Amino acid sequence: MSQKKAMLIDLTLCVGCNACQGACKEENRLPPNEEKYLSLTAYTALSKYNDLYIRRMCQHCEVPTCVSVCPVGALSKLEAGPVAYDGEKCIGCRYCLQACPFHVPKYEWSSTKPRIQKCKFCASRLAKGLQPACAEACPTGATMFGDRDELLVEAARRINAEPAKFVPRIYGKDDVGGTSMFYISPVPFEQLGFDSRLGKTPMPMLTMSALSKVPNVLSVGGVMLGGIWWITNRRSEVQAHEAALKKGEAYQREDNP
Amino acid sequence: MRIRLLPRITGWHPIAITLILAGTIAAIARFTYGLGATTNLSDEFPWGLWIGFDFLGIGLAASGFTIVAAVNLFHAKEYEPIVRPAILTAFIGYLLVVLVLIIDLGRPDHFWHPLVMWNPHSVMCEISWCLMLYTTVLSLEFAPIILEKLNIFSPIKWIHAISLPLMIFGVLLSTLHQSSFGSLYLIVPNRLHALWYTPMLPVLFFISCIASGVSMVILESLILSRGRRDFLPTPLRANLAKIIAVTLAVYFVVRVQDLLTRGALHELTTLTYYSIAFYAELLIGFVIPFALLLIERIRTSRRGLYTATLLVVVGFAFNRMNTAITGLEQYPTQTYFPSLIEVFIMLGITAVGFSAFSFIVKHLPIFEAVAASPRIPTEAVAGQPEPIFLSREGGDLESS
Repeated sequence: MSQKKAMLIDLTLCVGCNACQGACKEENRLPPNEEKYLSLTAYTALSKYNDLYIRRMCQHCEVPTCVSVCPVGALSKLEAGPVAYDGEKCIGCRYCLQACPFHVPKYEWSSTKPRIQKCKFCASRLAKGLQPACAEACPTGATMFGDRDELLVEAARRINAEPAKFVPRIYGKDDVGGTSMFYISPVPFEQLGFDSRLGKTPMPMLTMSALSKVPNVLSVGGVMLGGIWWITNRRSEVQAHEAALKKGEAYQREDNP
Repeated sequence: MRIRLLPRITGWHPIAITLILAGTIAAIARFTYGLGATTNLSDEFPWGLWIGFDFLGIGLAASGFTIVAAVNLFHAKEYEPIVRPAILTAFIGYLLVVLVLIIDLGRPDHFWHPLVMWNPHSVMCEISWCLMLYTTVLSLEFAPIILEKLNIFSPIKWIHAISLPLMIFGVLLSTLHQSSFGSLYLIVPNRLHALWYTPMLPVLFFISCIASGVSMVILESLILSRGRRDFLPTPLRANLAKIIAVTLAVYFVVRVQDLLTRGALHELTTLTYYSIAFYAELLIGFVIPFALLLIERIRTSRRGLYTATLLVVVGFAFNRMNTAITGLEQYPTQTYFPSLIEVFIMLGITAVGFSAFSFIVKHLPIFEAVAASPRIPTEAVAGQPEPIFLSREGGDLESS
């Protein structure tokens, strides 16, 4: 299990049978109703754009935004690829909901002990050497599970084999620094509700540019403020001394008219 | 001297009690039924009014570190009379913000987790730590005022011994988390409107908190010296006003230059919901008060200063609410407007703050001990530690 795992979703192969959602719901013991959008009870959902079915779920980013923003480390990136969540650590600040570029985490708003819910990339199945429930259930191979490197090669192979059929882009290859979910599509991704302006830099880098300055502020700032105090303090000491001297002279003059 | 021109809040007590009661009931509802049933927060809008309130509270409490730094680190001793009011404002402000943060958390019972579970990559983690540490610093800075009243002097000596590193630490912590509130939004370039999203957010948050913090001190001094002796001489207040004017000018330049370099200036050529919100914020909070404060007659007039600093505070509130709410409204499919319970909790806590302030001012030597000239005679304090906290050996020139 040292290899990083991923999934390739070939939109041209998806027939919209919803078997993936059914299997997901069964695996995660969720109510079996069919849902079109991600929710507390749908870790994956199929929505239709013209003639295409788009399957969504957590992207399991390589450098996950949610993991970086969580103040208590309730979210973590596992070696095999999944982004895991520990509800026992979570304080409920909801920064992950605010920050996730894909709007994936959903919050148990109606609970008094709320947690977030999202796709787990079947981490427990992966640990047993099984593939995720959705990939296993897919009858057409539209969702394919495998090693990350190999799936990238496979995606590129499919695009190159039929350049007329696909737009020349693997979504998730390096968006926000790369994800574990790759999509290949016959139409531009922007038309399918994918955010294609996210860029290739992992989001956490934006924060790190500010956070990395914290030690500098502390050390340089501390020395500088200390120095300023030293100088200004010396100045007022001198002033006080001079004032005292003057006072002394005045007294002397009064004493000896 | 009584100033009748300033608006006077009459019947404050019944209003405060009503607000606090309503807030308490709202808070009970929030804890009983959860966030979903009592707030208008949602997956699309996970942060709302309360986060805006936190920004506001922390920004207005910035007086705590700016005045302490000015008086005790830069030795601008003439401002000593406002050190205690500034520390008190900051202390109350921070306690209330921590309270609101805990109410806002989905799991208030887990509020202590950041203490033991660290994630150094998280701005939220840094803010939690700074808030906890700085509130501790403020309580140590404030403690001598209570201890003095109770005639317990030995801990004061102890606090006094560490006061210099304590103050420096407090100023650094403030610098960090004041700017970090801006850094919170660095990670949402895809959500926050271009008029507010900028890599400069932490810098802008820091500069503006100085202007708002000092404005709060001026406002307080104006309101509280109504009907009693003015504890802050007019020339000093006029000087503080100059500092605000300079800060506002610096902010304006940084902000506009940033818009220019990011190419976001075109957002302002058409009148949209966002550009109007931006203009309102910049005109009310920065341009108009800056223009006003350039005029000497306004800097030296109580009414003029009252207007100008109030504008700064209101504009500051606009700025923070725009960053926390308006600027994010473009992205989600759902818009957000706070629920009554959210509003009541916020108003109730604000009322607690004001009541606590007026109560403490009445019962502890916040203004009296350092009221301008006649210093406490040297003989009276001989043998005891210097009763005026944070004045160290300086300041008391006459008595040496």
